[in-house]
Amino acid sequence: MVEGIRIYGLIAAMWVRSLMAYRLSFALTTLGSAAGSFLDYVAILIMFAHVEALGGFSVAEVALLYATTSVSLGLAELLLGNLSGLGRRIRDGTLDALLVRPAPLFAQVAADRFQLRRIGRIGQGLGVLVWAVTRLDLDWTVGRVLLLVTTVVAGAAIFCGIYTAGGAFQFVAQDAAEVQSSFTYGGNTLLQYPPTIFARELVRGVTFVVPLAFVNWLPTLRLLGRDDPLGLPGWVDFMSPVVAAVVCGIGALLWRAAVRSYRSTGS
Amino acid sequence: MAEPDDGGALIELVGLEKVFEVRRRVGRLRRARESVRAVDGISFTVERGEMVGYIGPNGAGKSTTIKMLTGILTPSGGRLRVAGLDPARERTRLARRIGVVFGQRTTLWWDLPLRDSYGLVRRMYRVEEARFRRNLGRCVELLDLGALLDVPVRQLSLGQRMRGDIAAALLHDPDVLYLDEPTIGLDVISKAKVRGFLRDLNAERGTTVLLTTHDLTDIEQLCRRVMVIDHGQLMYDGPLSGLHEIGESERTLVVDLERELPPIEVEGARTVRVEGPRQWLAFPAAASAAPLVARVAEGYPLVDLSLREPDIEDVIARMYALGATGGEGVG
Repeated sequence: MVEGIRIYGLIAAMWVRSLMAYRLSFALTTLGSAAGSFLDYVAILIMFAHVEALGGFSVAEVALLYATTSVSLGLAELLLGNLSGLGRRIRDGTLDALLVRPAPLFAQVAADRFQLRRIGRIGQGLGVLVWAVTRLDLDWTVGRVLLLVTTVVAGAAIFCGIYTAGGAFQFVAQDAAEVQSSFTYGGNTLLQYPPTIFARELVRGVTFVVPLAFVNWLPTLRLLGRDDPLGLPGWVDFMSPVVAAVVCGIGALLWRAAVRSYRSTGS
Repeated sequence: MAEPDDGGALIELVGLEKVFEVRRRVGRLRRARESVRAVDGISFTVERGEMVGYIGPNGAGKSTTIKMLTGILTPSGGRLRVAGLDPARERTRLARRIGVVFGQRTTLWWDLPLRDSYGLVRRMYRVEEARFRRNLGRCVELLDLGALLDVPVRQLSLGQRMRGDIAAALLHDPDVLYLDEPTIGLDVISKAKVRGFLRDLNAERGTTVLLTTHDLTDIEQLCRRVMVIDHGQLMYDGPLSGLHEIGESERTLVVDLERELPPIEVEGARTVRVEGPRQWLAFPAAASAAPLVARVAEGYPLVDLSLREPDIEDVIARMYALGATGGEGVG
């Protein structure tokens, strides 16, 4: 684990240095990344130009949902988003070059083509988070602050677990990165809006099947003092870290199984 | 071949097998499962300090064997030890003991100066600073990399990059160096540099080298021992000269005459092709070309000539035609 983090750091630093060979391009793509995710937010603002509330949620409340999922996804994308390039490495055979190095494969693949520009999404999300926090009429007790921080971190961990599972899946189907995107980017778009505007079946699906609801919906609803549409017991709102641990655990198991299978079949 | 003594051999394979399950489409929807024996019971040992050529046609099982030796692939059967380790189980430990160069795929950092790639190797393999400097200094000197260290890799020529890749694989003092087509696509000067370096490395440091190649000249100049693999089996294991004898391979003398003439008739060669004033004469690879050239020059108006070495595919194909199986030391 420690060695994995060390290797990740080494490789990510090399990519950052490679990137700095093209400084202007880096500045532009970082801006582009922030602008791209900001457009989602503009869509929400435009909606609120016509309505007072969305599914019973005020603009500041939706902004809080938007910000928490953006920062969580942004962190996970920065750390593990590069796993989506795994399929290409398997296809062209360059994965083998990573397997003959004295370093954990996961750390090497996760840091492969590390894209610092992804801090754009995180920065933009943090900006909206600050705005939402100042606009919301909430008493920011220690408990609430702690819950907010835990929500963002656990949300990032849930997305990390999904990225890992998606990476494992690419050993089976090399162009499966799209499937993973539907859960990460697709999930992110879903979570930007209040659960009350979606069909109950969908909300149930992202609570119990792919537990995206734990990224921000359930803990943020608690933060805002609202009940969840499924009427789950109150303690469930605090379960995000546990759910994150389970999702990451499943991701890790899938990854190990996939690597083992790759090394016995070769493709 | 030396008797393998227990624990003495650096690389030891006993009945190594790799079977792939391949799904093939038959008809519209049905898929049939099929087992492909990519490596079908290969046994050999390589002693410390040997330099071995591993050759065979594409799809023969060469790279599958190398992948098992380096721990990338898990064998389906047989026994395998490299430097006393089980490659598949102890992959990362083994990685510190071996160096691998993939001919056509560089592992250097495209946009960064060559020097930076070496810095990463140092940290990743945790090579001590002093040892790293010594190894890098030696590689830089012998591979002529001094002027290239601060050049981004993308600006290097193929030959320069290959030399850079070889240096990168040696900075952690591996016991074994695997090279996959180390001279493919290189110009004559780069080829000579790479070969010279490998010879010195082997002679001075005693590094064991296992290389796959399509270029017989690589083998002729570097390896005392050659192994031929096809259809997943070891067809030959012994000196290159023995391979020529078994395969009865032929070299070709290409002769340009002053004018079109009927096929040349000389002792010790047969004319295999005539095209205008140019004629192709085949003669045994083991024989010297000099007396043949003299005889041709004596009886015919000679303008120019060149000599072609047999290529590996031909040698192997002929070996098959003769039904030869195995050389010395192959069970």
